Order: sequence, then C-alpha cells, then structure tokens
Amino acid sequence: MPKRTDIKSILIIGAGPIVIGQACEFDYSGSQACKALRAEGYKVILVNSNPATIMTDPEMADRTYIEPINPEFVEKIIEKERPDAILPTLGGQTALNCAVQLAESGVLKKYNVEMIGANEQVIKKAEDRELFKKAMLKIGLDLPESDRANDLKGARAVAEKIGYPVIVRPSFTLGGTGGGVAYNKEQLEELAARGLESSMISEILIEESVIGWKEFEMEVMRDLADNVVIICSIENFDPMGVHTGDSITVAPAQTLTDVEYQKMRDASIAVIREIGVDTGGSNIQFALHPKTGRMVIIEMNPRVSRSSALASKATGFPIAKIAAKLAVGYTLDEIPNDITRETPASFEPTIDYCVVKIPRFTFEKFPGSDTTLTISMKSVGETMAIGRTFKEALQKGLRGLEIKAAGFDDLKNLDPKAVKNKLSVPNPDRIFYLKYALKNGFTVDQIYKLTAIDPWFLNNLKEIIDVEKKLIKDGRKILKDKELFWLAKKTGFSDIQIARIAGTDEVTVFEARKKLGITTTFKLVDTCAAEFEAYTPYYYSTYEVEDECRA
Amino acid sequence: MKAILALEDGTIFTGSAFGARGTSYGEAVFNTAMTGYQEILTDPSYKAQIITMTYPLIGNYGVNPEDVESEKPHSSGFIIRELSGITSNWRAKGSLDSYLKKYNVIGIEGIDTRALTKYIRSRGAMKAVISTSVTDPKKLVKMAGEWEGLEGVDLVKKVTCAKSYQWNDSGKFKVVVIDCGAKHNIMRELEKRDCQVTVVPAQTTAKEILSLKPNGVMLSNGPGDPAAVTYVIETVKNLIGKVPIFGICLGHQMLGLALGGKTYKLKFGHRGANQPVMNLLTRKVEITSQNHGYCVDIDSLNKDEVELTHINLNDKTSEGLRHKKHPVFCVQYHPEASPGPNDAKYLFDEFIRIINA
Repeated sequence: MPKRTDIKSILIIGAGPIVIGQACEFDYSGSQACKALRAEGYKVILVNSNPATIMTDPEMADRTYIEPINPEFVEKIIEKERPDAILPTLGGQTALNCAVQLAESGVLKKYNVEMIGANEQVIKKAEDRELFKKAMLKIGLDLPESDRANDLKGARAVAEKIGYPVIVRPSFTLGGTGGGVAYNKEQLEELAARGLESSMISEILIEESVIGWKEFEMEVMRDLADNVVIICSIENFDPMGVHTGDSITVAPAQTLTDVEYQKMRDASIAVIREIGVDTGGSNIQFALHPKTGRMVIIEMNPRVSRSSALASKATGFPIAKIAAKLAVGYTLDEIPNDITRETPASFEPTIDYCVVKIPRFTFEKFPGSDTTLTISMKSVGETMAIGRTFKEALQKGLRGLEIKAAGFDDLKNLDPKAVKNKLSVPNPDRIFYLKYALKNGFTVDQIYKLTAIDPWFLNNLKEIIDVEKKLIKDGRKILKDKELFWLAKKTGFSDIQIARIAGTDEVTVFEARKKLGITTTFKLVDTCAAEFEAYTPYYYSTYEVEDECRA
Repeated sequence: MKAILALEDGTIFTGSAFGARGTSYGEAVFNTAMTGYQEILTDPSYKAQIITMTYPLIGNYGVNPEDVESEKPHSSGFIIRELSGITSNWRAKGSLDSYLKKYNVIGIEGIDTRALTKYIRSRGAMKAVISTSVTDPKKLVKMAGEWEGLEGVDLVKKVTCAKSYQWNDSGKFKVVVIDCGAKHNIMRELEKRDCQVTVVPAQTTAKEILSLKPNGVMLSNGPGDPAAVTYVIETVKNLIGKVPIFGICLGHQMLGLALGGKTYKLKFGHRGANQPVMNLLTRKVEITSQNHGYCVDIDSLNKDEVELTHINLNDKTSEGLRHKKHPVFCVQYHPEASPGPNDAKYLFDEFIRIINA
C-alpha cells in the first residue's frame, strides 16, 4: 500500500520531562518519527514540554510547541494547527495518556483529528487489566491466576486455590497503596485486612505470584496489511520481581529452545492482532516457569517502549522510524532495510553477537532511600554493550557504567555477612555479590536457589571468574603469552583489568598486547548475521580474527 | 584439542574440537537461525554439509528427545563460536557435546564464524573438510578439493527409509509421503490434520504409490542436487494429474523439474529462520524457515501450465508454484518450520483442502 495522501499534517506528542523510569528513549523515538514523516512530505507539528531534547531542535518539525503535555494545552495546539492526524505511540506513556484523554473528551472528534498507530480502544484494551485478561483468554493465552475477594474468608479461599505466594492488590485505592506479597496465611490475612480497608469498594485482587520465573520480552511490529514481524527477543538476567528497567537484560533470548521461542513468537503475534494495534511497535512481556515451562503473559505496551530503543540499537532495525512510516500507510515490504539496502524491512533481524543492557543506579544521591529492587523502576540510566559472547558483553557493559568498575570486578565495600541476603533480595550491587559468592565457595546451584537467576547466566559469570583465576595464577606471564592474552580478551577483560592482575600499568599492557599482535577488531551490526552486505557503518568492538572496519 | 576446517580454495580456520573426533567431508554452509540447532542437526537435508551457525552462543539449552527431525544428526560437521559450558532448560536431557559425540558429528568452536560466513557469502558454498586428526592444512585443502561434492550426486538414497512404514494408525485422509529425507514435523503436521500417513522410500514407483490409493501425496524435503534424483522426478511425472500433490523444498525442486523446468545452484543458499516470502495470491508476507542450496528457475517454467505463487523478498527467487489445471502445489521453504516460524502452516490446511476438493 502506498502512503496515505488523505492526511497532510501530523501532531506528534513528546514524552515531557525526564524522570526516574523514563529517560531520553522517547526523545530518540520521537526524533526518528519527526525525521521519517517530514522526509515523506508530511507537515509535522510537535509538542514537548522538555526543551532539552533533540526533537525540539528547530529543524526537526515544521511547528514546535514547548508547552505542557496535558489535554488543555494540546487542545489549544490542535485548535490552532488543525492537524489531520495525531501519532501518540512514540512518546511513551505520557503521550499515550494525553492522547486517550483528548479522544475521550471528544476533542479529537471535534477537530476531526484521526489517531493513527493505535486508537483509544486499542490502548484501553491493552492497559485495562480486566479487558486485557479477557482478550488474552479469548486467544487462548495463559495469565497468572487471579480472583477477587471482598472479605477475609474469601481472600483465604482464593489464596488456597491459587497457592502461595500470592500478590494482594486492593481495587480502587488512592495511589495504589496497600498491596504486597503474601508467602503464607498469616501474611495474607494481614495484607488482605489492610487491602480491604484501603479499597474504596472493599475489594482485593489476589493474584498468583510469578516472582522468580524467567522473564522475556518480545519487540513486535505490525503493518496495515496485517504483516507481523518480531524485531528482537530479550531475556532478563534478573527473574520476575525486578522491573525490566532495573534488570540486566540480554538480547537475544538465550535459554529457549526453538519450540519455546516459536510458542512465544506465535503468542506475541496473536496478542498484537487481538489488542488491535494497527501499525507500529509493541512490547510484550512473558514469564516462564523455570521447571515446567508454563508460559504466562504479563503485559503488553501498545507503543514504542523503553525496550524498543534498546532493540533498535541491538539489532540495527530502526523501530521508531519504521513505526512512523507504517502509521502513514506503508507496509513492511515497501520499506527498504537501510543497512542492507537491497532487502525489505519485512523480515526478522537475526544477530550474530550478544547484547547486554545493565541499569545504572544513583542511590548515593538519594540518602536513606530503599535500595531493594522491586516492580517499580529505580534506575536512572543504563549501558548497552555488544560482544561476541555474553561474558564479553557483560564486562563491557559493567565497564561503561562509570561506577569505577573496569569490568566484572571485586567491589571493595561489600558486606561478607550479608551475602545470602544480598543475593536473594535484588539490589543494585547484586551482580558484584554474585562475584563474591562464586569466588567464595558458593556453587552455581546454591546461588540459583537463592536468586532464581538462570544457571546459564550464573555459569557464564563463573567462567569469567575461572579465567580471572587462571590469569592471577600466571601473573605477568600474560604479557608474553599470546594464547593466554587472547583468552583474557575473548572473555572481555580490559587492559586495565589485565594490568591490575599482572601488577603493572595499562600502558605496559597495551604495548605488550600490540607486540603480541592482538588488536581490537570491529564487527558490523547488520540485522542479518552477514547474510547480506551492510552499507551502514555501525560497529562494535571485539577481539576476533577479522576486522571489518573500513575507516 | 585442535580442530581444523579447510576449504577447497585453501582457506583455513582453526578452533577447538568438541563432539566427535576424526575427519569428515562436506559442503561448508551457514545458517542464520538463532534457535533450533538440534532440529537443524537432525534435518536430513543437511546430509554432506558442514554447518556454521552465525549465532555465536550454541548449546545453551542442551538437547532433548523431542526436538528431533529424524532419528539422528545428518550434518557432517558443526562450526560455532562458543559452546555453552552448561545446559540450562527444563526439557534438556543432555549436552550438545555428548550428543555430537554419540552420533559421531565433529564440532569446532572458537572460530570467527562471522568471518567464515562472510567468506562463504562472497565465494559461495564450498567443498570443505573438517578434522581433528589430520593437522597438516595443506593436506586438508587437497582432501577438500578431491571430495566429490554435491553437484550431480544423489544424496537422497543415503537418507531415505529402507522400507515403507506407517507413521500413524488412523486418519480420515490417506497420505503417502515420499521420503527423500523427510523431516518428522511434516508427518506430525499431517497427523494433526487427521491424515493417516504412510512413508515410502524415494525409489517407490508411481504405480506402487497409486496402488496404496492415497488421497494425497507429499513430496518431502531432502539433501543435495535435485537433478541427480532422476527416479523421483520420473515418479512425480507419473503422479501429476492422478492425485493431489504437495511438495516441500527438494520436493518443490523435483516438481519443478517434473513440470519441465530447470533448477540451478544458488551461490550460498538460503538457510535460516527469518526469510521473508510474499504469497503472491494474498500479497501477505510470511517469515519462513529455509534450507536450500538449489532453486527452481522461474523463467524455465511453462507459464500456461504453472503459476508462480510465492517469491523471496530478499533476492526475488521462486519460493512457490502451483499447477494451473491439476491439484499440485509446492513451496521451496519449510511450512513445517521446526526450527523457525509457524507463519506458513496454512499450507498444510491448503493441502487438506485440495484433497477434499
């Protein structure tokens, strides 16, 4: 289908201020959309209250409004600019909420503005728990079991039926207070009593806990011809119970067989169709029971999300840009893949490296705050690293955090007495406690029992430590031993880490490395695992035989 | 232990051995699927091929007894970047390393698989040798050059079943699968659609097949050069018009040949789980699982008899055909998936539809 000519001007709503839980990822997606739509000849009207964004640069849109993102102001903009369409799916939750309010209050209808990408019914269906549950059951997907209760007796019965632990959520509270996890009958009674009291309609929802299950995400795209593709799968290092934004995440999924991956893929496609996102990207989260493989759907975001920026950079597939083009009527097969030029965007990226995202916390700036990681996001940023192995990418990612770690280091200020607690209760330093534990006699199995982090990840951590132990044993030998040096580099050790181990300085290590003929190589991110030639110079560094850098 | 991959043009890749030890010949190819190594290894279409996985981390979820496409691995070698040091999946019953040892498949890890893939992409699929016992690279290169290769060689006879057998006991539709190296999921998909499946050796004649009074005939996937499997092409010629036929992969190529078309070898083939195919009848895009080195030449077909139904959106090669008069259709890719997306499963329903028609 060619692009739509019945619309000429499009209003894009930005994401507003940067807050904890929402950084500049929506500036990225919004900017991509502005550029893509203007390139297609549409008049782009932009509203964003945050002037410290790329998207509010004067050349990004035809009209830019730096105004509060709320229905009152946006209505005024609509009244003045009279856009034909509004694209709400690229500015995060803020934009989505604002657009829904404008639709519900009748403003969009009044000014004859069409919501493109996803309309208010779609957004509601994805975000309203009841509607979502109904839709998922309709397409045969499994969800965590749940039921309502209006008194203690009912609460006990529901909890018995589901089995502990259970999540207790009061219905209709001010500010969502009064919920929690009950591991036994006593805790349930306490939480249920409190919940029933705080609920304005004396009702609580008791839900099966999936804490400790494996967590996965799928980035999905759909076009107006109903073609659906998966852009990227993501597996969380931290299991369910930690917000994805606070989890170390890995792309692609590492521990799923093809059978399980395809089941998740089929489910994702069914979800985006049933929820009815017309065009663009969605993010769908799943939990998987580690022993039985039972797969439940957790939620779906009917918009470009935090993970979309990551998935774009992880695969080379520009989700926001393509989403904007799909919103104006193009189909995936009509859009070329910028990187390969000759192949279309109607394919699924395949990657030949491992991507690790690590959250960055700054609890030191908020003295007294609780550092336990839960289901509300607390990180303020993240690093993303690409390597040929998970070990290499993890070390690169930790190095990039700017927390004075040169990789998977030994942190000095750890509390040896608290190790077990620091492993079982998620916290920002858990990755370093994992190292401490693995170095101090804990087995992968013991740590798995404490953390529910998949043994595949834990074993990779152990392999880094094993290489480190070998390097320590051999000391300065590494400076003259090519094989050993290669091993260190392939495991992601930086020159600084090697210098520390060899008892010398970084420059000496660098010189020794050069002498051994071990240099950084650059590999392309090309969306296709080298099946086709890539024209876009997007590289990551690693240590391999072939260097692809053309510079 | 060191293991060496030598290509016929003199290129050498050295890594560490895993799986079995020894020396083995094959055509060096690459597969870009990120999951499904067990299905890939056990797909008989990989007979006489040394597979490079472009995804670097392999073995993570181990192996299990269910995810197999035949009774054993058929690939002559397996090349990866890093073998997982642990097996982590609730269905796993063993490690990839011990699996390859058990079935005598040589593996190499620690290779710059991206460099190798790019090499195959630019020079084309090549004859190769993989060895843990011969350490002289020059000797290995010579051995690779002297190997017979795939072109003009009938590999089907090496993977087809020795005698016919019943896949399942009952079903509404009687379907005969001509086993050229059939993946089990083809039979599983037929069984799911109420078919009683009889699997017959590739050498079975049209007369023998028709004497079974099938409602439909499935031409399976299989390894190697389709033009070398003359006896199956002959059988297919004698079946067209007498019974509904559905061909997959090699089955598609043999149908193409039986209908008077020609096949040719692709430079490095299509092997992966992300290939976009357009259904020209519905204009919809399917993401497909593929594994083929040969292709049906679109221009060689008689347009009055045969209609092109599917094309590959990456390189515009033929991916599906149907006969304009007879209930005969085929696809170059793998609707049975396993591994890969399930987008094209509707083709099995289509087969049932034409059987019923």
